[in-house]
Amino acid sequence: MNIWEAILLTVITASTPLVIAALGELVTERSGVLNLGVEGMMIIGAVAAFVGAQLSGSPYVGILCGIAGGAVSSQLFAFLTLTLVANQVATGLALTLLGLGVSGMIGEGYVSVPGVRLPEIAIPVLSDVPVIGAVLFRQDLIFYLSIVLLLGVNWFLFRSRAGLKLRAIGDSHTSAHALGIHVIRTRYLAVMFGGACAGLAGAQLSLVYTPQWVENMSAGRGWITLALVVFASWRPWRVFAGGYLFGAVTILQLHAQALGLGIPSQYLSMLPYAATIVVLIIISHNRRTTMINTPASLGKAFVPER
Amino acid sequence: MRIELQKRPAVSPLFSMLSPLLALALTLIFGAIMFALLGKDPVAAMHAFFIEPLLETWSLHELAIKAAPLILMGVGLAVCYRSNNWNIGAEGQFTIGAITGSYTPIVFYDWHSPLVLPLMLVMGALGGALFGAIPALLKAHFNTNEILTSLMLVYIAQLFLDWLIRGAWRDPKGFNFPVSRDFAPEAILPAIWEESGRAHWAFVFALIAAVLCWFMMRYTLKGFEITVLGQSERAGRFAGFSSKRMVWFGFLFSGALAGLAGICEVSGSINHLQPAISPGYGFTAIIVAFLGRLNPLGIVASGLVLGLTYLGGEAAQLSIGVSDKVTRVFQGLLLFFVLSCDTLIYYKVRVTWARLRGGAA
Repeated sequence: MNIWEAILLTVITASTPLVIAALGELVTERSGVLNLGVEGMMIIGAVAAFVGAQLSGSPYVGILCGIAGGAVSSQLFAFLTLTLVANQVATGLALTLLGLGVSGMIGEGYVSVPGVRLPEIAIPVLSDVPVIGAVLFRQDLIFYLSIVLLLGVNWFLFRSRAGLKLRAIGDSHTSAHALGIHVIRTRYLAVMFGGACAGLAGAQLSLVYTPQWVENMSAGRGWITLALVVFASWRPWRVFAGGYLFGAVTILQLHAQALGLGIPSQYLSMLPYAATIVVLIIISHNRRTTMINTPASLGKAFVPER
Repeated sequence: MRIELQKRPAVSPLFSMLSPLLALALTLIFGAIMFALLGKDPVAAMHAFFIEPLLETWSLHELAIKAAPLILMGVGLAVCYRSNNWNIGAEGQFTIGAITGSYTPIVFYDWHSPLVLPLMLVMGALGGALFGAIPALLKAHFNTNEILTSLMLVYIAQLFLDWLIRGAWRDPKGFNFPVSRDFAPEAILPAIWEESGRAHWAFVFALIAAVLCWFMMRYTLKGFEITVLGQSERAGRFAGFSSKRMVWFGFLFSGALAGLAGICEVSGSINHLQPAISPGYGFTAIIVAFLGRLNPLGIVASGLVLGLTYLGGEAAQLSIGVSDKVTRVFQGLLLFFVLSCDTLIYYKVRVTWARLRGGAA
């Protein structure tokens, strides 16, 4: 393996959680719900996956625990914002704060316990292709899942009937309701999908990216994910590209730190966050294009008339 | 079972008062259940958590110290949220306020003058306001989502502080520990009165800020402007109010108070700069603002309650051996319950059983 292959591999590892969580949030937001709790669901997924893998000895059980952790915690948000029509911004923040607290408490006994690493799966024949074989086809299960998710979400949103309904709800819940589409039920499912994806992304962090439990190990990735969805103007392929762009920035700053270019490491660590801000400025400054792309009832409460 | 909501014709005054209390009660019940699940005696645990810190004078001082930054920031955030601007980066503005405020006592270490302290406070507030101006500028002129930008800036502020403390501002006699020099006595925010133990003037500033904000929101045109623009930007525009200028006002105001809280904390409680200066005060202040129902006087009460969760966490760790991480769980739960109880203010909630309606959903 040469240096370029190694860099590509680390970029993929850094990008995968962003892509997965952003695809989930994209579906949630397309249904008109703004869940700012991605950071919280991700960290719950991370701790659930780590503990699950520790107790069972199998990283695959860990993955399932991570997904379940994210999905269950998302339903707390769903109940508050969809059934009790609480403010979505505030509830999302609450989910993040609660997630950070709960994960810290659950994970306390697991700090500095050596983790279980998710093994790589070599795909026969393809993994022997030079260069791309080692990079793309000798990956762990979660990377393959991220590709499946990308294709699946894209197909679901733009090629399936249920996806059309989901987008209709996101653009006008009142009209969708009048057409007899189950607004609240669909949104519950969309929020749950977003939670499951955030949980899976968390599982990637604690089973692949750094196989151990560290408090606050999501380190703002959930928030970067939210920016990614805006950046991608709510389109799956652009989410994918954006996720890899951010992953590359993260890895480049790590390599720059290792090379010691004379730039203080703290400034390099700022890069992903600063990049998020810059990207948001570039994408948002044109008010009209933002308005066209944003799901029209995003973040608005819906109370069906009876 | 299904839950149906019916919009009330007017806001319920009864539940406006009751909902924070209800939320608090639910949090306590859930907390007791949580302790029981952890295998602790729930009564003893709740006593250690919420009662014991109130029984001793020294811990009441600690409560004032913890509540001061929460109230200062909570009040600023409440004004900002009322105007429908979502500053969630108070933690970053707190950090930058602490840095700019500490400039004088660290860089001009040998300058002894009664002017040092006022200068520090002013520079702290200015620093916080300037840092808050970044998301304001981005929102007002580039239409950027202020939630995301203000939050990203928290990470940037913390890394910047870390760089300063490990580099230029490190104590030359500090054995390479990442701390700055201890502040000279003139640079330390004094105790409120001589016997007041450690409780310093920040608590007084917090109370003054709360009363002034309450007055502003209730009796001045600015307060009216904030409320109108927050509820309907369109209505505000007809009244000749500018929503762009409100973005600036909301962020500068909440940023300045967060910066003031930052320098007060560093000057009054820590007495030097270090990489970690806040146990998440800036985020807890968001909970404080909501528990106080975005009312400055309510925020004084909720700031004390949330301050108590910090003390209770430390106390419970010592006396019954639960992790102090419980504090964050309590705080998160509390915000959840506050938000769900607020539904009762605007809606009548009816629980029905689908079976009784013949399965017609």
